[in-house]
Parts: sequence; structure tokens; C-alpha cells
Amino acid sequence: MNLDFAFLNWGVVSSFVLKGLVFSVQLTLIAMVGGILLGTALALMRLSGKPWLVTPAAAYVNTMRSIPLVMVILWFFLLIPLLTGKPLGAEVSAMITFTLFEAAYYSEIMRAGIQSVPKGQVHAAYAVGMSYSQTMQLIILPQAFRNMLPVLLTQTIILFQDTSLVYAIGAYDLLKGFEIAGKNFNRPVETYLIAAVVYFIICFSLSMLVRRLQNKIAIIR
Amino acid sequence: MATWDWHVFCKETTTGDTVPSCFGSGGDITYLDWLLSAWGWTLSVAVLALIVALAVGSLMGILRTAPDKRLVFIGNAWTELFRNIPLLVQIFLWYHVLPSLIKPLQGFPSFILVVFALGFFTSARISEQVKAGIQALPKGQRCAGLAVGLTLPQTYRYVLLPMAFRIVIPPLTSESMNIIKNSSVAFAVSVAELTMFAMQAGEETSRNVEMYLAVTGLYFISAFTINRLALVIENRVRVPGMIGAR
Repeated sequence: MNLDFAFLNWGVVSSFVLKGLVFSVQLTLIAMVGGILLGTALALMRLSGKPWLVTPAAAYVNTMRSIPLVMVILWFFLLIPLLTGKPLGAEVSAMITFTLFEAAYYSEIMRAGIQSVPKGQVHAAYAVGMSYSQTMQLIILPQAFRNMLPVLLTQTIILFQDTSLVYAIGAYDLLKGFEIAGKNFNRPVETYLIAAVVYFIICFSLSMLVRRLQNKIAIIR
Repeated sequence: MATWDWHVFCKETTTGDTVPSCFGSGGDITYLDWLLSAWGWTLSVAVLALIVALAVGSLMGILRTAPDKRLVFIGNAWTELFRNIPLLVQIFLWYHVLPSLIKPLQGFPSFILVVFALGFFTSARISEQVKAGIQALPKGQRCAGLAVGLTLPQTYRYVLLPMAFRIVIPPLTSESMNIIKNSSVAFAVSVAELTMFAMQAGEETSRNVEMYLAVTGLYFISAFTINRLALVIENRVRVPGMIGAR
């Protein structure tokens, strides 16, 4: 068959695709910020050495990491209304799900990053009289963050790709926008193709940026 | 919250009657039968995709370490292409786009298309691991192989790859576990695997929690089994004298 992209103009893009793109980006940013905050807390719990903090954090992270994301999305979409008693839109449910799910992955990155800081740094901080929270905030986390920034950003690119899975609960994201446009103009082949190109351009240029950043900020030891 | 009702798995899928043995006979199938067949589909998709991914991923990983710049470019381009498009979009490309561009593909069942989609998607990640594994070897290995008169393919076959593959077993294990999880995306093109079962059976019976729990449990078991299998393989192929060898 022949491909025909003639139907595609700014009107189509702005009325179908843009709304989806805004949601995908929004979802990515919310899940990134929330996931990194929660992930840091989980990582600190796992590194605290106190069994009553380590066990629940490890159980949470390992459970999340063993279940397919699609199932997690379905679980939360089912359970949140059961727990809160009121129905929740697919979009809000997706935001909660992705934040909680990504926290598990970010926490593993944070843990590796914190462990990459030499132990002597902790001892030195304690030796000059800093408290645990001062040591973490002023000495360990800034260095750890710098070490793991590229990995955190790469995970965020994966997160952006994964947001397309909200398809399972019918939320209106970038892919859905293309799909609806394709249905309206009876051009599904072209719109899926453009969707792939758009995702590729976004993710590829972001990963190029991450690579440049990596070379720039690498700590030379 | 409502009470558990695990008997729902013994119900026949069309009539809703409870079957005493929990397994349907004749043409009847219970939800338990359906669940087990869905598990079979998940494992088939995952295992076949893993075979595709290992074959293509290893080839691309090897190309990326070749001395010829053109081969390196092909390997890099492949990896970037399949790594930077979401899996769901790739599955749609295979299912909706390719058959209309390439006529012979039209007769293919969605199962086969998903195997290739998932296999190629994962091959990008495996090529990354294989490349890292080969580059982790000291440069002298390659030079030594060439110096004793082996051709380049022989050097790869007898010197570099036997070591590199052992190095990459742990990351390949986690990729194999990922492939089980990622096979869940096949629900989008109606492959009758576990996630599809969870959605449909949950809707039919209104027993979503029981259905989701059963499916989640089977995903756990599958991933855990792969993990153990990989450990056995890792122990079997260890190089004597290396760290961790017995």
C-alpha cells in the first residue's frame, strides 16, 4: 500500500497529539521527582543497617521489581479506588503508580551511588563532629548524586518510554493521541509510524545529551 | 473488602458452572485451564523472544567491537534504533505497520510478530552487554589470537567469545528475567498471555483481585525459575582459576 501523510497538519497535531505529549511529559516529570525523593528514602532505609528499616524497604523494592509494569498499572487502577472508596481517573492513577513503581528502580540507583562514595568520607564527616543527617546532606549525597546523575537520567528516558504502557488503562498519552488521530483519518499505519519516529527522536536526542553530560561531569579519581 | 473466592478458578468459562475437578473435560475449559494456557503463552513468547534476542544481540554486540568502522556503525545504529522506541510502539509497528508495507507478513499470527518485536527490542540491550563483555577483556587477548595466526573470526570464536560470554552471564540473567516481564506488553495485540488473561477473566468474573494475584504469582515463579537456572549455568561454565571458580 502507499503511505499518505497529507492528512497531517498543525491542526491535527495540536488537537490530538499535543494533549497526549503534555500528559506523557507531565507523567514522566512527576514520576521522576516523586520517584527520586521516595527512592532516596528507600535507599537510605536499606543502607541504615537497622533490620526494621532494611526489611520493609528491601521487600518493597524487590516486589516492585519482580512484577511487570503493566500488571502494576492494573493493580493500582483496581486497588486505589477500593482503598479510598472513590473512583479515580486513569491519569491520576497512572501518576501514583509510576511514582511508586519508579521509586523502586531509582532507589537501586541511589543505593549503588551512595555505596560508590568511599567509606573514609563518612568517617571523616563523623570525625569532624557532623550528625548523620549532616553527613548525608552535606558530604555523601552531593557526591553520590554526581556519580549517578547519568544513570538517573537514563532511567528517566526509560521511564518516558514506559509511560506508553498507560495504554492498559486507557489514559490519554502521546501514543494514544497518535492512535486517535489515526482512527479519525483512517490512517493508522502512518500515525503509528510517526509515533515511532517521534519517540525515537525524543529518546535518542535525550540519550545523546546524557552521554555528553556523562563525559563532562565524571569525577576523575 | 469482599471475601476471597478462589472457587472462581473452578468455574467453566462460558456457563459459569463450578466444575468439581477444577479442570474442564471435553470442549469445556475452566478459568484454571485458561490460566495455565495463558502461562504457557507467556513462557513461549518469552523463551522464543529470548532466543531471537540472544542471536541478534550477540551478533550486533560483536559487530560493535569489530575493527571495520562500517560494521561498528551497523551495530551502533541497530542498538540505538531498537533501544529508543518504546516496546509497545515497536509491537504496534510489527502488528499494524509492517504487514501493510510487506505483503507476505499479513498471514502471520500476532504471536510470531510479538516474538520478533520483543526479541529485537531485547537484542539492543543484549548487544550492549556483549559489547561491554568483549571490551572488558584485555587487549592482549585479541592481539595474541591474531599473532598466533588465527583469523579474526577464529580469534572471536576461540579466544574472545568464550571468555566474554562467561563475563556477561549475570547481566544476561537479568535481561532474561526482564523478557518475562516485558512479554506482558503482548496483551496489546491480543496474545492470550497472562496479562491478557488477568484483564479478560477479571472482567468476566468480577474477581479481579484473585485473578491478578494468581497471575502475579505465576510471573514471580517464572522469573525466579530463570534466576535459578542461570545460577546453575553460571556454575557449570565457570573458568577454573578465575575468581569465584571452585
